[in-house]
Amino acid sequence: MDKVIKKNSEYLINRKDNQYEVVIGLEVHAQVLSESKLFSTSATKFGAEPNTQVSLVDAAFPGMLPVVNEFCVKQAIKTGIGLNAKINKRSVFDRKNYFYADLPQGYQISQFKDPIVGEGKVILDMPDGQKEVGIERLHLEQDAGKSIHDLDPQNTFVDLNRSGVALMEIVSKPDLRSPDEVSVYIKKLRSIMRYLGTCDGNMQEGSLRADVNVSVRAIGSKEFGTRCEIKNVNSIKFMQMAIEYEANRQVDLIEEGKSIDQETRLFDTKKNETRSMRSKEDAHDYRYFPDPDLLPLEVSDEFINELKKNIPELPDDKKKRFIDEFKLTPYEATILVSDIDTAKYFEEVVAKMGKNKDMKLAVNWITGELFAVLNNKNLEISQSPVSAKNLAILVNLIKNGTISGKIAKTVFELMIDGDKDPQKIVEEKGLKQQSDPKALEALIDKIINDNREKAIEYKQGKEKLFGFFVGQAMKASGGKANPQLINEILKKKL
Amino acid sequence: MTDITKQSLTELVENIKNKKISSTDITKAFIERSEKSKELNAYITEDFTSALNKAKKFDQKPNLDLKLPGIPIAVKDLFCTKDVKTTAGSKILNNFVPTYESTVTENIWKEGAILLGKLNCDEFAMGSSNETSYFGNVQNPIDKDLVPGGSSGGSASAVAGQLTPITIGTDTGGSIRQPASFTGTVGLKPTYGSCSRYGIVAFASSLDQAGPMAQNVKDCALLQEVISTYDSKDSTSIDFRRNQYSKELSNNIKGKKIGIPKEYRVDGMPKEIEDLWQKGIQYVKDCGAETIDISLPHTSYALPTYYIVAPAEASSNLARYDGVKYGFRAKGENLIDMYEKTRSEGFGAEVQRRIMIGTYVLSSGYYDAYYLKAQKVRKLIKSDFDEAYKKVDAILTPSTPSSAFKIGEKTNDPVSMYLNDIFTVPVNLAGLPGISIPAGHDSKGYPLGLQIIGKAFDEQNILNIAFAMEEKINFKNNITDWWIK
Repeated sequence: MDKVIKKNSEYLINRKDNQYEVVIGLEVHAQVLSESKLFSTSATKFGAEPNTQVSLVDAAFPGMLPVVNEFCVKQAIKTGIGLNAKINKRSVFDRKNYFYADLPQGYQISQFKDPIVGEGKVILDMPDGQKEVGIERLHLEQDAGKSIHDLDPQNTFVDLNRSGVALMEIVSKPDLRSPDEVSVYIKKLRSIMRYLGTCDGNMQEGSLRADVNVSVRAIGSKEFGTRCEIKNVNSIKFMQMAIEYEANRQVDLIEEGKSIDQETRLFDTKKNETRSMRSKEDAHDYRYFPDPDLLPLEVSDEFINELKKNIPELPDDKKKRFIDEFKLTPYEATILVSDIDTAKYFEEVVAKMGKNKDMKLAVNWITGELFAVLNNKNLEISQSPVSAKNLAILVNLIKNGTISGKIAKTVFELMIDGDKDPQKIVEEKGLKQQSDPKALEALIDKIINDNREKAIEYKQGKEKLFGFFVGQAMKASGGKANPQLINEILKKKL
Repeated sequence: MTDITKQSLTELVENIKNKKISSTDITKAFIERSEKSKELNAYITEDFTSALNKAKKFDQKPNLDLKLPGIPIAVKDLFCTKDVKTTAGSKILNNFVPTYESTVTENIWKEGAILLGKLNCDEFAMGSSNETSYFGNVQNPIDKDLVPGGSSGGSASAVAGQLTPITIGTDTGGSIRQPASFTGTVGLKPTYGSCSRYGIVAFASSLDQAGPMAQNVKDCALLQEVISTYDSKDSTSIDFRRNQYSKELSNNIKGKKIGIPKEYRVDGMPKEIEDLWQKGIQYVKDCGAETIDISLPHTSYALPTYYIVAPAEASSNLARYDGVKYGFRAKGENLIDMYEKTRSEGFGAEVQRRIMIGTYVLSSGYYDAYYLKAQKVRKLIKSDFDEAYKKVDAILTPSTPSSAFKIGEKTNDPVSMYLNDIFTVPVNLAGLPGISIPAGHDSKGYPLGLQIIGKAFDEQNILNIAFAMEEKINFKNNITDWWIK
């Protein structure tokens, strides 16, 4: 496979004399954060025993009828608002007809012609600047159940717990141009929905998955190439791998003078390749038509405005505020707002630091020491072993000179175990910085006395030895001496 | 006292309330007559033992404030009944026992009625003669080897044959009114959204509506009063002010304007139907109402529109009968093979025909030409009625283009079978209420019905007109009990 050349965030595929651009559009399936399903009152908890969260409606018993869950509708509209999208006051639920063992009704209730949310946009923060990605639409639909083929050699088992769970399908315009952009896009969608509380974004549990549409075209070409749809990819890493493989496969076909078939493909995560699933000719005829069991969904301006009023500050606005109010760099702000829990944590630290706060120090401690600990322990920030309050105290202790940055690291290590108050640790362990000049002078006098020869060498010009004396002084103080004072006194005394 | 089974619902309720008769007496009488009437094949499932126990229980502590105190009632086998087999007349649901109760039947039991059994019907309510039922055709009590109409054929036969004092059917294109007309009984198709569809095996969701079938208008009004409730479990249920239909029933229709649509005078309509219609016009005039000639210009498109919309919805509604979760399952080599065998063996010919039609009209490339166009025509048909109702209060038409036909007469000619619904189908497409009342006999002595179509939610008005006409018509059904040896 030829090398991929990256120029800033540009992603091009090179072959002999030709350069190709990759065009990507995503259909993201985001599970609506809701206690109950889209058209029934069954629970939606992840990981329940198979077929324990199934109502007669979910299992499509004769005479059962769907009743739309208003909460899910609100969640979809809130998400639409978060995507800066047009909210359609009238939308229609359609039936998408196909047979499968884990689709009890024999159709999925979805929205086809008239989705609840229309066009919108999302801003991506790329290393070389911002990029806007268009949203085509967002619609509500039911999830299917789950077929389990590997529990029995003869039979397939069906778990209907997921059947009827509300999904938002968020369709992007074909505006993405690289695996990196896809990664940033997914993370941004996830971030927005987590801020809104409309989707938990948990990809391991399948709350967020995507169908990836990939095509390639010669650089400079205005027309789109034939696209292939890679179905149901459930991690960002796999999406990137699938795109990379698929784009190169298509380029190879073009280079060989062959044509690309419009088809649906599957990504094999073990072999790292995409495989044909069905061609356009075999495509299902879903026979969409408006579900006669449901009236068109109509929402009033008041209904939408009420939801708008309660939209929390979203990542883009928060970032702007962090830069303006806290004088953070755009880079720092981007990191801190990317996840709602990180932003919450940071803002709590800021609040707890009080008036005389060192914003820079706080940012460094969160993105440095704290992130490292979370990473090591594989924890989310919401599960942080150090509370925002105690981290704020620690930062303040450094800021007001009670402890040095170095001692702070020791204190931090002790804080991790049981979220201890750093103030108490400092007191109990006697880690308070020695800043009494008299005591330090006495300490230094003793060191110079004990190391007369080295002191003479230093005076004769061996300046490197200064560090030796600092080290000795720190050692003698148990690391607690104020390094700045040590420096000053040593310079004077030597 | 007259024979119990010959009494109307209203009489039975009165006699129970006056303690002249017990629920056990009534239940026993209808069970006995039902036992002697097996030849009618009106029942799919009898629930007699349980019914008798319930009746005895009722008598121990009778609540006489209820509207249907201790009254035994058999219902169409399209209504899901908790712990009692519900088949929809199909092999594919043979031995399906719901764990839940339909809202309409729940409403009936709540008023003190007792389930007698489940009545035969065309498979998934698809048919106009009750000949598509997996459980065999039903005999019309009017004459041997005569169809009772369909799809609520078992219900019509049971009411006319006095196996149940009253019953409920469902009407998607005429399935209450046509069999009522064929058996000399009264059948009301309420406004779409009046009676909950929850727990009724679906045929065509945008057309299906449950309704009462009775021996007379007053009984019909009483049952409508019981079954029509707003139900949040059905998203198409409508929350409107419902009348106390039986209490508010009045024969005073003076000054009412009754529309006579010229388009219902169809080619080849027998003269006796035209004569009946003219008689009907005279009756309403005799009652002090005024008749006005009106036009419903899109009437001739109603039948083709119906036979696109109804099968389209049915093809999707019946997709759930796939052998996976409940009901009949055939053995197959793999999933697809199992589906094909289950559905080929589980569904009868007429159901398969409509699934095929429905699948076709929804297919890509045909959707616009059929389904979408049918939806547009449906709107036009509805606006025809809207226009007419600016001038009139109700519309009078024949219920059917002919009287009941012989069993087997039309089974090989689906189009001629479909033509049975020509006068009833527009009412479903427009979502309006319609009632069929017996109004006379043809030359063979078979009953003929007249249909009164009302404005949406105006059941009280058409019940009143029917009530007034009923008095004038003074119809007598010729039931000879020919099947009782």
